[in-house]
Amino acid sequence: MISTIEYLSLLIIPLFILFTVLYGTFKKVRVYDSFVAGAKEGPAIILKIFPYLLTIFVAIKGFQASGAFDYLRDAFYRVFAFLGVPIEAVSMAIVKPLSGSASTALFTDIVQTAGVDSMATYMSAVIMGSAETTFYVLAIYLGAVSIKKTRYLVPVCLIADFIGILVAVTVAKWFF
Amino acid sequence: MNVLWLIMICVSIVFAIFTGNLEAFTKSIFDGAKSAVEVSLYLLGIISVWMGITKILEDSGLIYRIAHLFKPLICRLFKNIPGDHPSITAITLNVLANLFGLGNAATPLGIQAMQDLDALNEDKGTITPEMMTFIVINTASIQLIPFSVIGILASYGHSNPAAVVLPVLIATAISTMTALLVLAAFRRIFR
Repeated sequence: MISTIEYLSLLIIPLFILFTVLYGTFKKVRVYDSFVAGAKEGPAIILKIFPYLLTIFVAIKGFQASGAFDYLRDAFYRVFAFLGVPIEAVSMAIVKPLSGSASTALFTDIVQTAGVDSMATYMSAVIMGSAETTFYVLAIYLGAVSIKKTRYLVPVCLIADFIGILVAVTVAKWFF
Repeated sequence: MNVLWLIMICVSIVFAIFTGNLEAFTKSIFDGAKSAVEVSLYLLGIISVWMGITKILEDSGLIYRIAHLFKPLICRLFKNIPGDHPSITAITLNVLANLFGLGNAATPLGIQAMQDLDALNEDKGTITPEMMTFIVINTASIQLIPFSVIGILASYGHSNPAAVVLPVLIATAISTMTALLVLAAFRRIFR
């Protein structure tokens, strides 16, 4: 079942490109020229996104390096400890919204130190699979269209993230 | 974003001073800048590829056909998208890419969707309700199979790494739904 879906997801992009190119040719579009014309817009978009990405990355890296991150994690841990949530899962819950690569590294580390069959691993796995790198998504998507007034979007995302982690912890406890 | 960024920077610096991590903090700022450049270069490649593909979709008119096909589904969540607007196609493809865990495709398609939604924006620079819904769906993450998690578990010799699929699916489904409910609640308060 899983391998079927995995194969399907490997197939989906190549098939989509093939279909697009064939349909374009059928509709008498000069697909090569079209592709080039589209690709030309890429650099302009990146130039728009780059300053936003830089700004948020600097804040995130600084937050991690200053020790503020560890303090936040310990504070969260005290709250979650009585729910029986392992500290590894708490770290994962805070890292995942901040950085995708850091959360992958952390997850690998948790699997190594806590063991593949531990509660810490399961809980981190569910959090890692069900949460998203919120800050990265916000920086890129808002930067792409230069949105300055985000109204109540950021609090909504943060509250939703927090609820999402509670859900992930509960589901993981229920399953394992 | 302003408030959040200000808090993060100030808290970090105060902490760095008190914990004696000043050197690490300063170094991390340039690390952050470096990874922003790396991520941007990486994105430059994949975004340009998807812009190329999208241009063929546009020129052949396929983008409007896909929009027409998925309009009934997408417009349940996004109320103010007119006719067979291209943004419907971008949103549909982004959601599909997310579902199948195709990160390389999801981000460029999401950027495309934001640009298409911005074309409908009358007050540029201010976010629209449609954009908010779209971003909330993306930050809540909707994924059928967490391939990266399964891959790591398998590589460390887990006997049945696929055991995480169902809990992850249930967790994402519930958290995406609650995220949309939170958004709806805020929308009602700040009308």
